[in-house]
Amino acid sequence: MENGKTKVIAALVENKPGVLHSIANMFRRRGFNIESITVGHTEQKGLARMTITVNGDEKTLEQIIKQMNKLIDVVKVSGLEPENIVTRELALIKVNVPDTKTRSDIINCVEVFRGRVVDVSSETLTIEITGTPDKIDAFLNLMKTYGIMELARTGITALSRGIKSIRIEE
Amino acid sequence: MTKMSGAKALLESLERQNVEVIFGILGGALLPIYDHFGKSKIRHILCRHEQGAAHAADGYARASGKAGVCMATSGPGATNLVTGITNAYMDSSPIIALTGQVPSTGVNTSYMIGRDAFQEADIIGITTPITKHNFQLQEAAEIPKTVKTAFYIATTGRPGPVLIDIPKNVQTEVTDIEFSDGIQLRGYRPQTNPHPLQIRKAAELLAEAEKPVILAGGGVIISGASPELLQTAELLMAPVATTFMGKGAFPETHPLSLGSIGMHGNPVANKLLCEADVLLAVGTRFSDRSTGKLNSFCAPSKKIHIDIDAAEIGKNVDVGIPIVADAKKALKELHERLAKQLKKKKSSAWTKRVKEAKEQLNPPSKGASKDLKPKALLQELRKLLPENAIVTTEVGQNQMWAALYFNALKPRTFISSGGLGTMGFGFPAAIGAKVACPDRPVVDIAGDGSFRMTEQELATSVTEDIPVIVIVLNNSVLGMVAQWQRMFFKKRYTAVKLGSVPDFVKLAEAYGAQGFRVGSVAEFVKTVKKALKSDVTTVIDVPISSEEDVVPMVPPGCGINEQVGEY
Repeated sequence: MENGKTKVIAALVENKPGVLHSIANMFRRRGFNIESITVGHTEQKGLARMTITVNGDEKTLEQIIKQMNKLIDVVKVSGLEPENIVTRELALIKVNVPDTKTRSDIINCVEVFRGRVVDVSSETLTIEITGTPDKIDAFLNLMKTYGIMELARTGITALSRGIKSIRIEE
Repeated sequence: MTKMSGAKALLESLERQNVEVIFGILGGALLPIYDHFGKSKIRHILCRHEQGAAHAADGYARASGKAGVCMATSGPGATNLVTGITNAYMDSSPIIALTGQVPSTGVNTSYMIGRDAFQEADIIGITTPITKHNFQLQEAAEIPKTVKTAFYIATTGRPGPVLIDIPKNVQTEVTDIEFSDGIQLRGYRPQTNPHPLQIRKAAELLAEAEKPVILAGGGVIISGASPELLQTAELLMAPVATTFMGKGAFPETHPLSLGSIGMHGNPVANKLLCEADVLLAVGTRFSDRSTGKLNSFCAPSKKIHIDIDAAEIGKNVDVGIPIVADAKKALKELHERLAKQLKKKKSSAWTKRVKEAKEQLNPPSKGASKDLKPKALLQELRKLLPENAIVTTEVGQNQMWAALYFNALKPRTFISSGGLGTMGFGFPAAIGAKVACPDRPVVDIAGDGSFRMTEQELATSVTEDIPVIVIVLNNSVLGMVAQWQRMFFKKRYTAVKLGSVPDFVKLAEAYGAQGFRVGSVAEFVKTVKKALKSDVTTVIDVPISSEEDVVPMVPPGCGINEQVGEY
């Protein structure tokens, strides 16, 4: 990983109030920048999983992981190897549709990108698309020509491939 | 299981942690707890400002090695603790801060917290970045386990402050309380045992070293590793420099002692550190005031870094051999390994160089100076105090003079605000230290600027009968910033002149303490002797020149080997 590349950190944290605050606070205080963050429950009771993407060099990533580890409510944290993970992001995109010709053009694009149309109105199409951030970027570039009215991206979530995991034994 | 109120459960939980004393100030949101103090074995010391309470708890912790406890009410009481908590956080001192909070359930609403109630402050939000951990209690039943957990977190690993915020309704709630619950912390397991491979690598490097230097930080004192440090240094014949926070980790009169490094470090320590081929750094975070310009900080040396906090390794200085461990355990194993590897004590050209450098850069004083100057005063003070006397300092010139000229001989006898640099720390910290060690003299080396920031604690020391000695090196200016204006801002003195007020003798007397003013070194000696025999708090006002600089000094932005001015 060279300088300035996006890196993915996965963390298991106690599912308690204030945990997100203490992590976000640590990032702010130490001048680390969060690109995206996703949080959700895990299959293990009381544990939430966070996927955080950050931008920085190897040394910064090491400091972030060490500083996260110091937080009492962070149970486990690990930098995921970029070549060995599955990452997904979901985006909802509302696009302008002035006429039927445009409508069918857009629907064609959605099919090529294996997205779905989740809402239709006389002037808009709302599209759901899932994939790597690159794929979503490519689709968004395409949609820009039609005019994006609204966009919501979730930020990525990720798992290591194969047997590797950050699961803890209970 | 016993039925009792949260307030009673709290005090009983604290007693079970062997808490003997709490420094605090009550307020509305703490009334249920204070109602129980009369029946508790715990002594409550009423401070006159919450900052003083927090510093006193900190001083108590540093002198005793146990956690210090402070308490303040919700809102302004809690926010007044903030400086003291930050100070403890920066210097890894274990304090427990207990704060009252508005009720989590209210008369008019189901939830009062978050509705901007009277004296409500989000102390959890405020203290998240300055505590090792904090808790807000939701119900009385959690109290015993939370208190136990708080003390465990504060005192283990790299120690630090822990805050418990206690809503008033939790204090009054009567419920079944269970004291025997164990703590569960799956996200906190400090690594104290060193990795054997790393110890082996470090021993090999040190055995081959021709010019080894040991740098001991505050972690050596915290872990009680001074005996192991001494053994290792003597085995290697390696000179020992300390950081400012490490002062006292190694006896500063020992032939291998170099004194402390840094911006106002001992010249011989700064110089020899930069000549080392192997640096063994123990329990230090390589702060900027210690290292100076990083790329010239003992650049030629290979570095071994022992620290219990993995995040300190590689944070400021890149090291070849990191050892994440408790300093005492790591030094013990390192010494055992070295003792096998080295057949006899090392003695070499390096030992000779160390001796010469010390004679040249740190010559012994030629008799006592008659001038009323900090150097002479502090060297005299050392002679007057027993080895185990505790010295605290304020922050600024007084502190750096103390670092340079007052030899610390034992761990936990030199207590000062290192990381945060909190003016006003020394006096309440002295009170806390005296409570922890009532049989030993405690002296606060102060400046007139710093002392004024917490001088109201004179009331605490007098009314609670905690006699300490305050030596005010009174130059009528905010001396350190005045020095910087003199040196780096062409003597454009701005907002540094304090004038000759107050009269510190009268001030002391106003509080029922003793006050003396001295005009010569001889008088100073006589007065300190008198104060040491007295059982009343004593303020000794020592007028000194406002032009006096702390030198030598590493100008900001320079390497520690670029020190200017004479020792």
